[in-house]
Amino acid sequence: MVYEKLKSELTGQYQRAWDSFGMLVLDVSLEQLLPLVNRLKDDFSFDLLLDITAVDYPERELRFDLVYHLFSSESRKRIRLKLCIAEDESQVPTVTRLYGSANYLEREVHEMYGVRFADNDDLRPILLYEGFEGHPLRKDYPMDLEQPLVDYRK
Amino acid sequence: MAMMEFVTTRKDELIGWVRKFSIFPYPFVTACCGMEFMSVASTLYDTDRFGAALPRFTPRQSDLLMVVGTITHKEAPVIKKVYDQMAEPKWVMAFGACATSGGFYRNYSVVQGIDKVIPVDIYIPGCPPRPEMVIDAIMKLQDKIAGERHPILPFEEQNPAKT
Repeated sequence: MVYEKLKSELTGQYQRAWDSFGMLVLDVSLEQLLPLVNRLKDDFSFDLLLDITAVDYPERELRFDLVYHLFSSESRKRIRLKLCIAEDESQVPTVTRLYGSANYLEREVHEMYGVRFADNDDLRPILLYEGFEGHPLRKDYPMDLEQPLVDYRK
Repeated sequence: MAMMEFVTTRKDELIGWVRKFSIFPYPFVTACCGMEFMSVASTLYDTDRFGAALPRFTPRQSDLLMVVGTITHKEAPVIKKVYDQMAEPKWVMAFGACATSGGFYRNYSVVQGIDKVIPVDIYIPGCPPRPEMVIDAIMKLQDKIAGERHPILPFEEQNPAKT
């Protein structure tokens, strides 16, 4: 029921929409993201932000895919939002105003991929340490480049 | 009763024999090998039979540093500090593939073997190692301890000032 409503209301408004194993997937643009997430939360009770992550495609001009997963505990449905952004894009809107958990997820995406989120002023690394240079989950980070904190034994 | 009133032995052999049966381990457990460590430390396999059962949860009271699991670059300063805090004589066991060589992690975050940071006496491969392998390693370490020289030196000579 809810899924059909969701599908009929949202499909067609976005660049591309398709069904992936019973989950609606939407390709959205940068400007559409925040209004859409707002609407999903208010009108379709998507109350849980499951994950924010990124995919690196170094050969593309719009280098990263940002992937958002939302879950509705009322209808027990998931939805996935994807958006393409360029490497120097710093205008990705933060969703921390809507979901508190987004803070950690955006911090992780920032440290691993170097994606900057506008209006999120707490982008300290979580897993990486002070002095670590680069973004290790980017495809162009050398696979065996290590940045040790202690001197190795001779 | 004149027969057994004294024995003669080498000092190193005597001290080695004493030390090898009183290994106080410090389990530095960071990853899934810890499950295997619990198994080998508890009743079924029972490292107590080798005098190596009572874990001391401070490095200052322990002889054997068991590095059980993956050591990341972020954690390397910690393990270096723990090793430096242990009093002599001390031994180090690299428990499992990750501590030995980095295991299947070949990436930005994992130290490729703890011997890059601290000296290691005995390595146990396996992901995770079988309890029998751990017991074998403990017995081999005991042989090593028994065969070592155990000089009785003044404190200053045992702990030369760092330059």
